Amino acid sequence: MSDITKQSLSELVENIKGKKLSSREVTKAFVERSEKSKELNAYITEDYVNALNKAKTFDEKPNLDLKLPGIPMAVKDLFCTKDLRTTAGSKILNNFVPTYESTVTQNIWNEGAILMGKLNCDEFAMGSSNETSFFGNVQNPIDKNLVPGGSSGGSSSAVAAQLTPITIGTDTGGSIRQPASFTGTVGLKPTYGSCSRYGIVAFASSLDQAGPMAQNVKDCALLQEVISTYDEKDSTSIDFKRNEYSKELTKDIKGKKIGIPKEYRVDGMPKEIEDLWKKGIEYAKDCGAEIIDISLPHTNYALPTYYIVAPAEASSNLARYDGVKYGFRAEGENLIDMYEKTRSEGFGAEVQRRIMIGTYVLSSGYYDAYYLKAQKVRKLIKKDFDDAYKKVDAILTPSTPSSAFKIGEKTNDPVSMYLNDIFTVPVNLAGLPGISIPAGHDAKGYPLGLQIIGKAFDEQNILNIAYAMEEKINFKNNITDWWIE
Amino acid sequence: MSKSKSEYLINRNDNQYEVVIGLEVHAQVTSESKLFSTSATKFGAEPNTQVSLVDAAFPGMLPVINEYCVKQAIKTGIGLKAKINKRSVFDRKNYFYADLPQGYQISQFKDPIVGEGKVILDMPDGQKEVGIERLHLEQDAGKSIHDLDPKNTFVDLNRSGVALMEIVSKPDLRSPDEVNAYIKKLRSIMRYLGTCDGNMQEGSLRADVNVSVRKKGSKEFGTRCEIKNVNSIKFMQMAIEYEANRQVDLIEDGQTIDQETRLFDTKKNETRSMRSKEDAHDYRYFPDPDLLPLEVSDDFIENLKSEIPELPDEKKKRFIEKFKLSPYEANILVSDIETSNYFENVIKKSDVKLATNWIIGELFAALNEKNLEITESPISPGNLSKLINLIKDGTISGKIAKTVFEQMMEGDKDPQKIVEEKGLKQESDPKALEALIDKVIDDNRDKATEYKSGKVKLFGFFVGQVMKVSGGKANPQLVNEILKKKL
Repeated sequence: MSDITKQSLSELVENIKGKKLSSREVTKAFVERSEKSKELNAYITEDYVNALNKAKTFDEKPNLDLKLPGIPMAVKDLFCTKDLRTTAGSKILNNFVPTYESTVTQNIWNEGAILMGKLNCDEFAMGSSNETSFFGNVQNPIDKNLVPGGSSGGSSSAVAAQLTPITIGTDTGGSIRQPASFTGTVGLKPTYGSCSRYGIVAFASSLDQAGPMAQNVKDCALLQEVISTYDEKDSTSIDFKRNEYSKELTKDIKGKKIGIPKEYRVDGMPKEIEDLWKKGIEYAKDCGAEIIDISLPHTNYALPTYYIVAPAEASSNLARYDGVKYGFRAEGENLIDMYEKTRSEGFGAEVQRRIMIGTYVLSSGYYDAYYLKAQKVRKLIKKDFDDAYKKVDAILTPSTPSSAFKIGEKTNDPVSMYLNDIFTVPVNLAGLPGISIPAGHDAKGYPLGLQIIGKAFDEQNILNIAYAMEEKINFKNNITDWWIE
Repeated sequence: MSKSKSEYLINRNDNQYEVVIGLEVHAQVTSESKLFSTSATKFGAEPNTQVSLVDAAFPGMLPVINEYCVKQAIKTGIGLKAKINKRSVFDRKNYFYADLPQGYQISQFKDPIVGEGKVILDMPDGQKEVGIERLHLEQDAGKSIHDLDPKNTFVDLNRSGVALMEIVSKPDLRSPDEVNAYIKKLRSIMRYLGTCDGNMQEGSLRADVNVSVRKKGSKEFGTRCEIKNVNSIKFMQMAIEYEANRQVDLIEDGQTIDQETRLFDTKKNETRSMRSKEDAHDYRYFPDPDLLPLEVSDDFIENLKSEIPELPDEKKKRFIEKFKLSPYEANILVSDIETSNYFENVIKKSDVKLATNWIIGELFAALNEKNLEITESPISPGNLSKLINLIKDGTISGKIAKTVFEQMMEGDKDPQKIVEEKGLKQESDPKALEALIDKVIDDNRDKATEYKSGKVKLFGFFVGQVMKVSGGKANPQLVNEILKKKL
């Protein structure tokens, strides 16, 4: 079979189960394509030899009842993988090899998948363009010198460029959906508490959530079904009845009420985005959904709230990287000197910026004005959604306020960079599921995404809506393999 | 509350100062595993052998609350007659130190698991109630070891993450003696409950001591200083005395007291400034997003209430009412659970009054001399009650009993056997005693004459002579009776 890497996850699973392809053939194809794609810089750590060996072992005694039988997969380098270096895109963890496996990746290996390597990401998942990674920029396969989005930029690039049939990212403020939107792929941020955070390098604990990134909605549903489990090792994991998302997937969304929030028509939003949204509304109608105008009145406060809550938690979560126990250590005259040198040299500028913001907003005298106020606003934002969901089943918005931008274009303007997350951040603050699907192109031919936001634990519903709309939209990613050596 | 001659005041230049003390006691929760991990908590293990990935704060590791520690804290709250908060919140207290792997301590700041309660102290001049402000759960830090190497510091994380209860008193204590009584009572309650072993040598119980002074009669509090991490009652008392006098000297000298954190130097017997209020850490407390608020149901609390044993105050009341003990005796016997258990085992089969006296008197003195705890007593409660029964039924005299007791202390021998083997049985046959007495009177004719002519003091002499001749075995009561008749 010649174009193995062009197959979707579902096709590969079918072919392996039907013994038309072996795991080794599939793994070899993705390894070879990954090796020819170094220019994308999607990988931080490659584990190809082990992957091929594992594939061979799988083929010797294939268990074809598994959901991901012998499927090779690279994952974001924020997931701790036993015996394979895990860096979180940071110099401070450059030499860190976990002795343990994250619950989410363990769930994936338990279903027969094989680890190919660790994918690039913004340092500690702090960024919207993958430019804060210690391991360098990632190229968007859509066009040279175009960012793949962030923080799961290596993941979005690798899926779009078909270096891996599917992958996982993490989403704290949009880090799955925005890169999916920038690369013409599908990304789901599940309900907070759906996927265990155990073994995922923490950025902002109350917002972080792992999720699948795929070429299509069906693949996305299958991976979500695998990774979402209740986990006693994560106190915020929620024990709810999880669907078999891929099996229960349906395009029948007749009569579903879909809300259009007026507050998402932000000032200065490009006409292309406005048009895309309108088109999306028409597609939804075509699928039989009912469109209802709604209001999410506190939307304007979401971004500032996020940029208080997330850095506050991050400033504390990142305190453990102090050079004492593991990771990078700079020599110092004494303990304080060692701390200062280790953290100054070990963390990049964006991470340091956020640690400073977080430390500031938690400081005595400022706590009430920033952190406490932000928590109150967060409750109001959540209430906005609760109120809206009395009237609708899901909400449709654009995924991002623009298409992908050029590498370096926004690096000196953090606020403009932060604005990228304006449509995704409220979903994290409210702990809701959201999915980005590719829905069109801008004038430059770059992909644009639409976001469908669901009720808590209602992943099935937004997957169904996405599945139905996907067919109507019939999006084709225009990838020319310009980077192939 | 009663104020009398035992009031603790500092006198300077005609001014009398009262000392105001509040304690923050850190009590290690008795638990096999740590507050948020499954690592063991055994004392004295090899360094870094009881450390999990969570305790060492590896990337992606998450805390999971240990339900047993929560139960222990609630039980302690019940023992302190305190309000149990059905909803409490774990916060992060952020600071950097090499033995704090997470870079923050998980503690409870605004919403502790236990609210206001009280502890009753038995002071020489009456009872005193000390208010409890709160009790919260928190993690212990690891240990930095600075003296193993001239340049490097070593870190042992065995303690890292061990569950502590911080018990904060109201500023109700007024003297080193009250502090002594308070710590002992708190320790006693927790040992009754099995929630903290109270072992100060092993660091299971230590305290931060807040001290301020004010002129007697003043209603306002003075500026306080906090003396950090004092690990024995004696040092607490010494530190308070030093610190109170230091503050009085400053006031008398027209100076003001700076609110600060101080350290007690046990070698020099003085407190030293550690950091001023301006230099105080900004701990940037905020709710730990890795943990949900801790919620407990009424049923959960009620179930724990049903597991609470009889506590010292109730036991004392029962001992006084049921066994007619004096408050003094009852206090001593209930002060720790092992003593009260010993006492109750002895009196199962023997006289309460005698048992009380023998335990508080002979047994305590003997144990004290050998530096033994009651649980290590060579004499079992069963054998002590046998000894008491031998006294009670007149088989041996109290004096002989002391000899037997001494032998029992050498190894838990049956007192009955000792009496038989050594022929210590009391002589209570009136005829045999009469013969003895006749001989003594005969040998001391002159003294007998003097007695008869009115020198009654000589009666004691005759008793002594009879006892001597009998080798101490004569029944003293019978000797008295027969002597009176014969003389």
